[in-house]
Amino acid sequence: MSMQQDLAPTTGDDVIQNYTINFGPQHPAAHGVLRLVMELDGEIVERLDPHIGLLHRGTEKLIEYKTYLQALPYFDRLDYASPMAMEHSYVLAVEKLLDLEVPLRAQYLRVLFAELTRIKNHTLNIAHHIIDVGAMTPPLWLYEIREDIMGFYERASGARMHAAWFRPGGVHQDVPLKLLTDIAEWLDDRMPRLFEDAMSLVVDNRIFKQRNVDIAIVSKEDAIKWGFSGPMIRGAGIPWDIRKSQPYDVYDRIEFDIPVGTRGDCYDRFMVRVEEVRQSVRIMKQCLQQMPEGPVCSDDRKVVPPKRAEMKQSMEALIHHFKLYTEGFKVPAGSVYVATESPKGEFGVYLVADGSNKPYRCKIRPTAFSHLQAMDFMTRGHMLADTTAILGALDIVFGECDR
Amino acid sequence: MTHSAPLITTPVGTIEAISKALGKHLVSIEEANNEIAVHIHRDALVECMIQLRDECAYQQLMEIAGVDWPDRDPRFEVVYCLLSLTKNHRIRVHLVTNEDQPVPSVTGIWPVAGWLEREVFDMYGVLFSGNTDLRRILTDYGFAGHPQRKDFPLSGYVELRYSEEEKRVKYEPVQLAQDFRNFDFLSPWEGADYILPGDEKTGEGAGKAVPPPTPKTTDTATQTGAGKAANKEAVKRSVRKPKATGDKA
Repeated sequence: MSMQQDLAPTTGDDVIQNYTINFGPQHPAAHGVLRLVMELDGEIVERLDPHIGLLHRGTEKLIEYKTYLQALPYFDRLDYASPMAMEHSYVLAVEKLLDLEVPLRAQYLRVLFAELTRIKNHTLNIAHHIIDVGAMTPPLWLYEIREDIMGFYERASGARMHAAWFRPGGVHQDVPLKLLTDIAEWLDDRMPRLFEDAMSLVVDNRIFKQRNVDIAIVSKEDAIKWGFSGPMIRGAGIPWDIRKSQPYDVYDRIEFDIPVGTRGDCYDRFMVRVEEVRQSVRIMKQCLQQMPEGPVCSDDRKVVPPKRAEMKQSMEALIHHFKLYTEGFKVPAGSVYVATESPKGEFGVYLVADGSNKPYRCKIRPTAFSHLQAMDFMTRGHMLADTTAILGALDIVFGECDR
Repeated sequence: MTHSAPLITTPVGTIEAISKALGKHLVSIEEANNEIAVHIHRDALVECMIQLRDECAYQQLMEIAGVDWPDRDPRFEVVYCLLSLTKNHRIRVHLVTNEDQPVPSVTGIWPVAGWLEREVFDMYGVLFSGNTDLRRILTDYGFAGHPQRKDFPLSGYVELRYSEEEKRVKYEPVQLAQDFRNFDFLSPWEGADYILPGDEKTGEGAGKAVPPPTPKTTDTATQTGAGKAANKEAVKRSVRKPKATGDKA
């Protein structure tokens, strides 16, 4: 006690002690329930220790007690800002173990909605990044886009957020033609108008640039070492996109560009996301043009339940329906690691099947885990106020990070 | 290949190149479901990972997954998912370990392993020697146990609530209002490996499920199960006498 008093900066302010503060877990800029224990030297961040797990719900444990179909809706609840992108990895992993063929229309529908989800996620992230560094108007416009997308979600699946619409073998039900034409109209007119208006306010804004340019520069080597993926690795200047390099569904039939950053700072990561929204619009337009007619689900009756109308006529269909919704389908023993390009980066599912109707182990690879871990070295030496800009550019959602 | 999962093409000679790079540290290498799984000795993990990163160009560590196999010895499997950005290829590196045999940490090769190892430690209790920050990560402050182990109950051991009387959050043992229900949907004729209810007394071979009976057909008259025709006397109808009406009340 007496020693601390000796050290205290009472005279001359020569000695300043570092002090530790808590950021979160209840903080509007913490993007959920993140607790950052920060050691500050004045306003400079010396060390940063993220405490996570406050939203841990034991998803992986729960999945081990559910059939393959019952496990699917848990994925919506991981990254609740981009639900269908989470389902995508899981259904592809199950299909890979089953070696199940998916009809072409279903593949197009999945890509269409995965890209819609990407726009949904990026508008949310861009909006929050902007609001974290102080601007108010663009988020309001971007939330309009998000609201439209949730409307489309509802018209396709019946749910605004937790869709559970991608299923092993295809998608749950077909979309009405009017929904597709409405999406096409929205892509042509309303969506670019709102988005470009909002972006015109920030991308060249002096204050926004001062808050983001040269903040938290990540080199290519660091991005690789820290397991970065998605917009984070592209922002660091590495042109890596799983949709291009390891195409799944119909991404190999579609033309799109991959934006890459040049400096690896927060502004680059932001701009990569902005450009990805434009590329997603391009992908969706091509999907709408190329999408064929046909079934939206595999006709393998040992995996995909029959439609209700069919059950009224066919005893066989009734039996299949009953068995698939009680026992579920069995997946041959084996293990796969399937990763897709979710809006936030590489979202992987390591699925171990033991031949029964339940997954033996389902390890979920969240994107946020490696990105948030890198926050310590990214923030060191920056000002306290930069923390929110860095966190905003990381794009973290705790449903996915904590599982 | 008919599925539409991410397309990964294994370059020719990959398995040979990995086997050569790992040498005597390799236990086995196999390709299944179009993915390569490399099994290695636990103690040689760091050497193997450096070889794989530098010689075979797997630059990124994407994931460390633990798997619990209570019937096996050693019990835990630790799976490292590696990605090559230059060769556009993925492999998995497997090793096995026990509760008390630590796995060498790879934080010196990939700093990202720090949190990934912390998670495996938290969920399974696998120790990583060389990880300087092996704290729990996902579970609560002061949590006991390793929830992803197969013998850890789904409901856990403690639940917490806010106590209005004591004005604080209280931890209490879990009390389920309804017994935990785990339905068994395995079809008995597809080889359930437990004794079916009613089969307990059959002794040897009771563990095997009963095969289904041969389907019943009625192509001929003998198969209907009707038996022989009764004698003709029995067919005759007896004459029914009218009932006495005298004692009618």
